Amino acid sequence: MDLIQEIAANVQEGYPERVKKGVEKALAGGLLPHDILQKGLIAGMNVVAEKFKSGQMFLPEVLNVAGAMKAGMAIVKPLLTKESIKSRGKVIIGTVRGDMHDIGKNLVAIMLEAAGFEVVDLGTDVRTDKFMEAVERENPQIVALSALLTTTMIHMGGVIEALEKKQMRDKIKVIVGGAPISQNYANQIKADGYARDASMAVDLVRRLLNHTAGTA
Amino acid sequence: MRRRYSAVSLDDSELVFGRSKYPLRRKGVVIGEGTVIPEIKFTLPPIDIEKSSYGEVEDIYREIISGICRRSRELHQHELIVEFELLPQMTAEPRRGEAITSILVEALERSRREDGLKSLLRITPVDIRESTKPPRRMEGKGLEHLLESFRLCAAAGGDLLSIESTGGKEVTDPALMAADIPGIIFGAGVLGSADMESLWTEIIKISEETGTVAAGDTACGIGNTAMILADQGYIPKVFAAVVRAITAVRSLVAYEVGAVGPGKDCGYENAFLKAITGFPMSMEGKSAACAHFSSLGNIAGAYADLWSNESVQHIKLLSGMAPVVSLEQLVYDCRLFNVSTTRNKELELRDWLVESDAMLDPQAFILTPDSVLDIANALVSGENDYQRSVMAASHAVEILRKADASGAVRVDEREKPWLAKMEEVINGLPEKSEDFLDKEFDRWRETVDPSQYHVRQKHA
Repeated sequence: MDLIQEIAANVQEGYPERVKKGVEKALAGGLLPHDILQKGLIAGMNVVAEKFKSGQMFLPEVLNVAGAMKAGMAIVKPLLTKESIKSRGKVIIGTVRGDMHDIGKNLVAIMLEAAGFEVVDLGTDVRTDKFMEAVERENPQIVALSALLTTTMIHMGGVIEALEKKQMRDKIKVIVGGAPISQNYANQIKADGYARDASMAVDLVRRLLNHTAGTA
Repeated sequence: MRRRYSAVSLDDSELVFGRSKYPLRRKGVVIGEGTVIPEIKFTLPPIDIEKSSYGEVEDIYREIISGICRRSRELHQHELIVEFELLPQMTAEPRRGEAITSILVEALERSRREDGLKSLLRITPVDIRESTKPPRRMEGKGLEHLLESFRLCAAAGGDLLSIESTGGKEVTDPALMAADIPGIIFGAGVLGSADMESLWTEIIKISEETGTVAAGDTACGIGNTAMILADQGYIPKVFAAVVRAITAVRSLVAYEVGAVGPGKDCGYENAFLKAITGFPMSMEGKSAACAHFSSLGNIAGAYADLWSNESVQHIKLLSGMAPVVSLEQLVYDCRLFNVSTTRNKELELRDWLVESDAMLDPQAFILTPDSVLDIANALVSGENDYQRSVMAASHAVEILRKADASGAVRVDEREKPWLAKMEEVINGLPEKSEDFLDKEFDRWRETVDPSQYHVRQKHA
């Protein structure tokens, strides 16, 4: 097993210290930071993401692996060129106005981050104007809306309308999820996609941004 | 003043649906003295709750309650519990919740006069103290509005006061995702219990002032979140089962400061609480499939004094509006419970309810009467909430480990290592609660505002 494969394996096993040592050794040996990132850290994480998706791993194990990947990233990131650290895409996420449920939304945020997306979490009970302020400030490709109540899901459409009014709908995709939400409801409010769980949300974001699992 | 239970109140033969040691009597309704009564709950269809839509919202509640009263009459159902769970907007503006309470009370009283329907209304304001991060639990507008909601709804004719309180949830949410047992013990067992003590002391005062019943709480936001995450494959079911046992520690506190049941429906930990307190409990199972999936559809019925649908949207189904349909299902379930009791076959039916679920899922196995009594006995032996949580967790793991070894419960291969992992973590916990608190307060220093929980004084 070469050094890069060893890094990927240690990411998959969730060993942050071994990942750090591996990355330092690889850099000292003259390996390129970009290759360490892509073929070591991200490759290891991708294997785990697929295992999680197919039910071979639990979320706590994925979180552990994400921690190991971050430990390696902290060393590699300052050495990368601007182009090579370009994010896979930026997602603004939040639970809509009047709704304080956040664990489902948090899960989606965690899974998106683990898949390499930049996530700006606005929290819960987020008013439409707060979503719009964040959109203008952060310039995301995706806005992800969560609701768990039949009396709050209605505000998802309000965010989409606000984006339309600002003529931003051609630049920003909106995805929705939560217990009372369905594909039918997503179609009704003209959302770009619906995901019934966190794994599907990652696939959806990838699809909407034309990424595949392994690409940066 | 909190009175800690140090022994369980019921034995195996007493731990059965429809029967409690301390039945509740109010307005002609008797809960927990031989019959199981349906408890119906409902929620609005998609609608924006604004000033302009309140008239429409109130009309929807009128339509729901009139349909429920009518179907009760058609089915010759003479006792009924209705739960009104306030939405966040209705709790934040307590007069709104009060107005809807009045609508429901008026309809129920009309039905009492005209049809002889004996009913009680459970009112459940939503815990809006969570709207800030970290949550302000001991002060602030959220708490003020929450308590005012209780007062106004009680004065408007509500009978049973309940809440799904969320003390410690800022810790249990991330701890659930990480399958972090010390985090669950800290968030639910320690912080949750401390919050329950202060919040329920206030609720008890309101019940005394208004002549209403302080019924009980539920760890829905912890135990049922774990259940849903486990059922979706995010966390192990064996972990969710252990979380359930730990949640009993915090929900018990309501009764230790004066609540008398019936405990709130979505607290599956009510099985443990019924054994410990002897108070009647509401449970939900197969007829709550309209609200959420669970692997506890039958076994939950083993302990039900009220049998609930959890909640259903007011939408049209082929046979009628969904809350009315839900009520019909509950009524038929209750008839079967009650006939078994009149024929002295209730323990037989209980055992069938238990047996039909228990071996299929660790979350069900933890709720067999043997498991419930074992964990309940262990829990009450703890001197403080930390020790109680550790006892509940360690006994839950031990029960599951033995059941897995003997083939009494189905544990997926990928879950088996988690039993050993949890056992190791629990065995490594500090003996003294102060040592545990020092460690956990430090670990969660960015998440928890210690000033919102009077914990250290209680454990000193």
